[in-house]
Amino acid sequence: MMHTADLIEAFARHRGDAIVISGRGGRHWIQHSDTALDIPLGDPAMGGHAGFALGLALAQPGKRVVLFDSEGDILMSMGQLPTIAEQAPANFYHFVLDNEVYATTGGQPVPGSKIVDYAGIARSSGYPRAMNFYEIDAFTHALPGILDAPGPVFVSCKVYPEVENTPIGQRVRWRKKSASEVVRGLRGALGVG
Amino acid sequence: MAEANSLSPETMIAQMKANGVTDIVWLPDSETNFLYLLMSSDPDLRLIGVTREGHACSIAAGLYAGGRKPMILIQNTGMLESGDSIRGWLMGLDVPVVMLVGYRGYTRHGVITDTVAHYTERFLMAFDIPFYLVENDSDADRISTAFALAEKTKKPVVVLIGDEFHGFNR
Repeated sequence: MMHTADLIEAFARHRGDAIVISGRGGRHWIQHSDTALDIPLGDPAMGGHAGFALGLALAQPGKRVVLFDSEGDILMSMGQLPTIAEQAPANFYHFVLDNEVYATTGGQPVPGSKIVDYAGIARSSGYPRAMNFYEIDAFTHALPGILDAPGPVFVSCKVYPEVENTPIGQRVRWRKKSASEVVRGLRGALGVG
Repeated sequence: MAEANSLSPETMIAQMKANGVTDIVWLPDSETNFLYLLMSSDPDLRLIGVTREGHACSIAAGLYAGGRKPMILIQNTGMLESGDSIRGWLMGLDVPVVMLVGYRGYTRHGVITDTVAHYTERFLMAFDIPFYLVENDSDADRISTAFALAEKTKKPVVVLIGDEFHGFNR
């Protein structure tokens, strides 16, 4: 397994000018970058980050769109994978942080936590490239090649859970803007808003 | 030919064009097949098929964030299923999108036997989502009204297609 912070740090070295939807890696990503092209949305409704990233990638084909999704989101909206594969945006890089649990609700295991092959599901759904990683060294070594080749690509990474047990209302808020403010900022930066 | 007093697919396409729609995020139902044929033959419209109606909300939000003008086309059954996605991805992100919703079970005479029709308008009122009813071609300008309201409020607006004459299936 990997630490999400290490994985995010490895990606940061290769980010370039990509739009980054930080998703479940948000509180680590904000330590590296906090511009209008960094899109911390929180959790508007679980399972939807991949759809948002798909829409953004289709709308901005000239920019790489990178998403840090989770296995819980994938399980909740697995039907999005064929839609992504069918649309096949070459600029979409779909990373999944698989910690095997619902970390924000106390760490209960997700169904099939030890048996689901997420890359296999993505491949069977039509992603032309899909792979699983279990160790940071292998991930770090493969990352430049992953980002240099066209998408859509699905990269599932086993990470240690970072379980939160504090009641939601008492948690420290790391996001500085609301989700709607983030979208407005992105549209401004892209010159479409 | 479409029956008198029905809503024609050509009218729907004209409304999409007039309002600058670039992408249709949709899940088909039994009454939209002829509309699908027209949409899919139009090179200026991109169709994005989803497998669950709630997915349409986050995809539309991403398209809007990137500068496109999406429209959502689903049935009322799927709208009920999509409640949290509508709340989180469309209302929460201030996405000005028109949702064209097939009003399954709607009847003009008001006797409803399909429970989804019973709950459709109640759902919209509970979510505080403005909506317009379109039954035939003469109502079509309400679709443009819906687009204008969505743009003004930066929120989703629903157009209910109460086409009890099945104009799409001609």
